Amino acid sequence: MNMTTVNMNRVTFSYSNGAVLRDVNLCVQKGEMLGLIGPNGAGKTTLIRLISGILVAKQGEVQIDGLDTRSMKRSTIARGVAVVPQQFNMPFAYRVEEVIMLGRTPFMKPFRDSSAKDRDVIATTMDTVGIKHLKGRCFSELSGGERQKVVLAMALAQETGLLLLDEPTAHLDISHQVEILELLADMNEKGHLTIIAAMHDLNLASAYFRRLVLLKDGAIIADGSPDQVLTTGAIAMAYSVPVHIQKHPVTGTPYVVVLPSGNGHS
Amino acid sequence: MGRHRHVTVVLLLLVILVTCMVAATAFGAVSIAFDDVLRMCWNKLSPFHFAATWPSGDETIILQLRLPRVIGGALVGAALATAGVLFQGLLRNPMADPYIIGTSAGAALGATIAMLLPLSMAFLGFGMVPVLAFGGAVGTVFLVYYLARVGGRTPIVSMLLAGFVMSAMLTALMFLIITTSDKLHPRVTSVYMFLMGGISVAGWGQIAVVAPIIIVGIILARLWAFRLNAFALGEEGAAHVGIDVERNKAWFLALGSVLTAAAVSISGLIGFVGLVIPHALRLLLGPDHRILIPSSALAGAAFLVIADMLARTLPSSGEIPVGIITALIGAPVFIYLLRRGGKEYAL
Repeated sequence: MNMTTVNMNRVTFSYSNGAVLRDVNLCVQKGEMLGLIGPNGAGKTTLIRLISGILVAKQGEVQIDGLDTRSMKRSTIARGVAVVPQQFNMPFAYRVEEVIMLGRTPFMKPFRDSSAKDRDVIATTMDTVGIKHLKGRCFSELSGGERQKVVLAMALAQETGLLLLDEPTAHLDISHQVEILELLADMNEKGHLTIIAAMHDLNLASAYFRRLVLLKDGAIIADGSPDQVLTTGAIAMAYSVPVHIQKHPVTGTPYVVVLPSGNGHS
Repeated sequence: MGRHRHVTVVLLLLVILVTCMVAATAFGAVSIAFDDVLRMCWNKLSPFHFAATWPSGDETIILQLRLPRVIGGALVGAALATAGVLFQGLLRNPMADPYIIGTSAGAALGATIAMLLPLSMAFLGFGMVPVLAFGGAVGTVFLVYYLARVGGRTPIVSMLLAGFVMSAMLTALMFLIITTSDKLHPRVTSVYMFLMGGISVAGWGQIAVVAPIIIVGIILARLWAFRLNAFALGEEGAAHVGIDVERNKAWFLALGSVLTAAAVSISGLIGFVGLVIPHALRLLLGPDHRILIPSSALAGAAFLVIADMLARTLPSSGEIPVGIITALIGAPVFIYLLRRGGKEYAL
């Protein structure tokens, strides 16, 4: 079963202290690579948590391949949707391959908690992500970039059709940012993996994602290609910061330049 | 770690445990040869008999007194070590031990109340002390769980806090009874012995009840080990890999509490085993619960069998509480392992 389409239908969600998402409609087709952008608190993480079924919509419904997430068992969802969370730390001295093995949990059963298939998948994902050399290393001793790759490998070991990532490049240096995004683009293209990622960096989002969704105060205010979404008007409205949009000199994608306040170019 | 190494480790620990048990059965106020101990056990278990070359009194000592006690010690050690692994894994807290959410205070209050009751009262062949200690431990955890439950969720921090508060309250009640009850006065030493911990098994009756609970408990813990591994990702992370978090939390809590309560009912409050054995084994074998649970159970059993043997044999007369031995041996061994483990082991 390959669950690759997401359908959010008039979804409203609030924590106890006010509305976080309001009347969100979002449809993601199989094979898309979608970037969620918007200021802090706009609802990007909440949207991801609704799709992964961690949160339940107060109104409206979230469907994955036509099935309402509320009616699905956790293990069923985990075989269709993998998540790379924003923060991740492990207690105790888990080794890299032991962390990746946790991605096989949805396939384990009380009398069958270790199989040759699990070991194969772990080896393959370590190879795909390029972390074979980290085998045997202690997770808590790795650098931020290495950790992010291990967590990505763990999510890939779930062998899902849909991958959700919450700011996968935050706190990484530019070489790791590019490495992670190249990897995602590659798996999207060759592995037919549907990807939805919350992105902090507008220019990286513009360079790597074919579709962007801009959130502000819990509502979608723009949805389309980077050219359609990254406009001076939409960005100024979402972030309340004057910006200038250029063409990237090499790729030709929109490139957002922040203008110092007091400069009247907006 | 490979499957084969898992099997080797478990077999090795099993051999160590059996050796410790035979040694502990042979040693005592009356020393009896190892091979005689083995022959006596063989005679009991098989249709083929060795000729009895030993005094019949020895056979009574071994089969009716020491063997049940040694087996009791092994069960208690296995149960406490397993419960320690469960609580540390579930709460992601290296300071967790089997008593962390109030089992000890509940058991102690239960035992104290039991000592106010007539000695003749019994339930399933047990005196009231083990029965009320068991009930107190399990009851306290249920209470803590429901106190910490808000809107269908039981956050771990709330549970730790509720457990802490309940412990304080139940301990205060226990000391209130101890200091104000004249009726308790003749048995106050028994209360302190319970608090310091000591295997108290008289014959096979108690073993027959406690053994199935503990053995089934450990098997369940091993079968659910892969779910406990997922809890290392945190609750949301565990949900991402398909764990029904609230349901599993309740099951692991119930399992850990019943194992602890079963142990406490025949041993009082033995400290340190449930804290140190899981850490020691985690340092040696890594944190994967699929190997950590069976190996901790076996190592905890062997450790407590030896500690109990020392508690019986070190003083020239009488016994010292085994809880004192477990702390005196356990602490230095643990510090050694911790320093040897170095920075790789993030406490």
